Amino acid sequence: MEKREAGGAREVVVPGDLLDDGRLRPGNGAYVLDGKIYASRLGVKNVFSGSVGVIPLRGRYMPAPGDMVLGMIADVGPSNWLVDINSPYPAPLHVSEVPWKVEFGDTSRFLKIGDMIMAKILMVDESMKVQVTMNDSGLRKLEGGQIAEIAHSKVSRVIGKSGSMIQMIKNMTDCRIFVGQNGRIWVDGDIEEATVAVDAIKMIEREAQTSNLTERVKDFIGSRIIPEEE
Amino acid sequence: MSRAVISEIRKNHILELLRSGKRTDGRAPEDVRQVSVETGVIESADGSAIAKYGDTEVIVGVKIIPGTPFADTPGKGVLTTGAELIPMAHPLFESGPPGEDAIELARVVDRGIRESGMVDVEKLCIEAGKEVWMCFIDIYALNYDGNLFDVTNLAAVAALRTAVIPAQQYGKGENIPLPTTCIPIAVTAAKIGNTLILDPNFDEEQISSARLTVTTDDDGNYRAMQKGGEGPITLDDLTQCLDMSAEVGRRIRKIIG
Amino acid sequence: MSGQSDLELVNKKGIRLDGRKAGELRSIKIEAGVLKNADGSAYVEMGKNKVRAAVYGPRECHPRHLQDPTKAIIQCKYNMMAFSVSDRKRPGPDRRSVEISKITADALESVVLTELFPRASIDVYIEILQANAGTRCAGLTAASVALADAGIPMRDIIPAVAVGKADGKVLLDLNKEEDNFGQADVPMALIPKTNEIVLLQMDGNMTREEFDTAIKMGVDACHEIYAVQKDALRRRYAVALKEGVSDE
Repeated sequence: MEKREAGGAREVVVPGDLLDDGRLRPGNGAYVLDGKIYASRLGVKNVFSGSVGVIPLRGRYMPAPGDMVLGMIADVGPSNWLVDINSPYPAPLHVSEVPWKVEFGDTSRFLKIGDMIMAKILMVDESMKVQVTMNDSGLRKLEGGQIAEIAHSKVSRVIGKSGSMIQMIKNMTDCRIFVGQNGRIWVDGDIEEATVAVDAIKMIEREAQTSNLTERVKDFIGSRIIPEEE
Repeated sequence: MSRAVISEIRKNHILELLRSGKRTDGRAPEDVRQVSVETGVIESADGSAIAKYGDTEVIVGVKIIPGTPFADTPGKGVLTTGAELIPMAHPLFESGPPGEDAIELARVVDRGIRESGMVDVEKLCIEAGKEVWMCFIDIYALNYDGNLFDVTNLAAVAALRTAVIPAQQYGKGENIPLPTTCIPIAVTAAKIGNTLILDPNFDEEQISSARLTVTTDDDGNYRAMQKGGEGPITLDDLTQCLDMSAEVGRRIRKIIG
Repeated sequence: MSGQSDLELVNKKGIRLDGRKAGELRSIKIEAGVLKNADGSAYVEMGKNKVRAAVYGPRECHPRHLQDPTKAIIQCKYNMMAFSVSDRKRPGPDRRSVEISKITADALESVVLTELFPRASIDVYIEILQANAGTRCAGLTAASVALADAGIPMRDIIPAVAVGKADGKVLLDLNKEEDNFGQADVPMALIPKTNEIVLLQMDGNMTREEFDTAIKMGVDACHEIYAVQKDALRRRYAVALKEGVSDE
C-alpha cells in the first residue's frame, strides 16, 4: 500500500499541475522546473515524509524485479516461452526458470499458448528487457477458476492494508485468490461464490478512492452470499 | 474477425457458465445487451447515427450526391456501403485499407438494406439514364466489443431513416427525406460448444466456432443471411436462429420505429 | 487561402459571421475517457468540429524496426471520416492527413516523457467526425487530453488553436468561411507552462505586425483551452474522490 499523509485531502492532479513551490522533494509522478514541483501524470497528489508525488489513477503496468504477476503464454519457442504480463513488454521465460526439466524443443508439452501462470519478475534492464521466473515457492501454472482484470493502479486497494481486504474476500467467499501486481487476479472456488468475489474485486476497482470501502464490500458480499447454517 | 489469444482459463470459464445457461456478463444466451441509438449526430452528413450494443459502438454517416446511374438500372439510385475497422476501436484493428473483415461487414449490412428494399431506389431517379441520387453509407467502428454486424446494421438503418436528400444544395428542388420503406434488423447468433448465444461480446466471439447473421423485415420475412466462422451449424441451430432473429428483430425495430 | 470573396466575413462593428469578436474562441467542450477499449481517450467539440482521440500504449512497438532502445516512439494517425466534410471524402490517408499526423506526433513528443518507456510505442488515433476549420488543432487538443487520460507521464498538456486573417483583420480560431476566404491561417500549439511553441504552420499573407498580434492572441487562447482540458480530466476523475476522507 502506498502511504499517504494522515488526513491529507485527496486532490486529483493532472500533468502540469503545481504540486509544491520547492520545500518538498519530488516523488513519483513529479518533476522539477525552475525550482518548483509539478505533476507529470494524472493521479492523486501524495505528500509523504518530505516528498510530494502522484499516485497514478491510470496507466500501464511497468514490471519491477520481485513483482508477482499473472502471465499468459503468448508464444512458444524451443527453449523459452514468451509471456504476456499485461505491460508494454512481453517477458521471456527460459526453460531454466521453470520447476520442470524441459528438453530442448519440448516446451509446448509443459505450457502452451493461452495458459496462465503465476510468475515473478526476475530482472528488468535499462532498455526494459524483462525476464520472468517460476522458480519460487507457490509459482505454478493456473488451472480452472476465473481471471479478473483490473487497472494495476488499483491492486494495492484490492489487497488492502496488510492484506486485510483480500483476506476478507477470501474468507467470505471461501475462494482461493492470487493477486498479480500487473492487475490480473485469479479467483478459484465454487463458481457462484467465485463470481461474487470477482464482482467484489471489480467494485473495489470502481470505487477505489472512496471511503468506508471495506464496510461496503463486506455488505456487498454479504448480500450476495447466504452464510451456511452453523 | 481476426483472432486474439483468449486465456484457457477465460475460455473454460465461459464454457462452464454456458453449461448452466449463463454468460460472464450475467446475460441469458438469448439476451441482447443494452441497445441505444442516437441520430442526427453529424451535421456535415445528410443522415447519421451512433448505435451501441453494450460497449460496441459504431458511427454511420450517409452522404447523398447526384451521379450517373448504372447502365443496367438507368432509373434507379445507387447505394454504396463501406466500412472501416479503425485502430481507435480495438487493438486488433490496424490502419490501412479495409481488410476482409471490414469488407464482409459492409457487404452483409448492405445486403440487408438492399434486399429488404429499405431505400426506395426508384424514387432516387432525377433523370432516367442520366442522373440519379447516389447514397454513400460510410461506417466506422468506434469501440469494438463483439457483434459488429448487428450494431452496424442498426446504425446504418437509423442514419438512412433520418437522412435528407440535399436537393437544394445541387439546384434540384426542395430537400426531401430519403424515401425509405421497412426497417431491416440484423440479429447475429454465435455458436460456442453446442450452445447458441445472441449478440456475442468480444470474448465470446473469439471462442465461438460459427456465427449466423439473419436480417428480417417488418413482416418477419427473411431478407439477408451470412454464416461465418470455421465450424458448422446444424439444421436445428438454423431453426433456432430463424426463430430468435424474427422475435428479437421485432423488439429492436421498436427502438427506432 | 483564396482571399477572394464577396462575403463580408467581419462586419463594420468587428463582428464575425458566427457572431464572435476578433479575439473570441468558438464554444469548446471537452470530455475525457469516452472510449472503453483505448487506454485513454477524449472527445472535443470546438465550434462545429467534432473530434475523437484514442491512445493505446505504451505498448509493444510494431513494426519492430521502428523501436528505439532509449525511448518510446509516438505514432499518430489523423483521419477525416468520409462524411465529416461537405463533399464526401474518399476514405483512406492522403498527403494532408499524413502531414498532420506527423506534426501532431512531433508536438506530443515534446511533452511526453518517452524515455520512461524504451522500445515501446504510444499510438495516437485522431478521428475527425465533423470538420469546420481547425481540425488539426482540435485533434491535437483532444490527443493531449487522451494521453493524460491514459496515465502517460508528460510534462504538460498541449492546447492548440488556429489564428489568422480575414477581411484584413486578425482573427482567433477561424471558422470554415474565414478559413476558405480569409488571407492567412496559422495553426499553433504550445506548452502552457513555458509558452514554448510545439506546432506552428502558416499560409497566406500577413504583415509582421499582424503576425505578432495573431501569435499573442493565440497564446492567450491556448491558455483558455488549457483550462478546459484540465477541467475535463478533473471532472472525469474527481467524482470518485468526492467523499474525500480516507478509511485507512
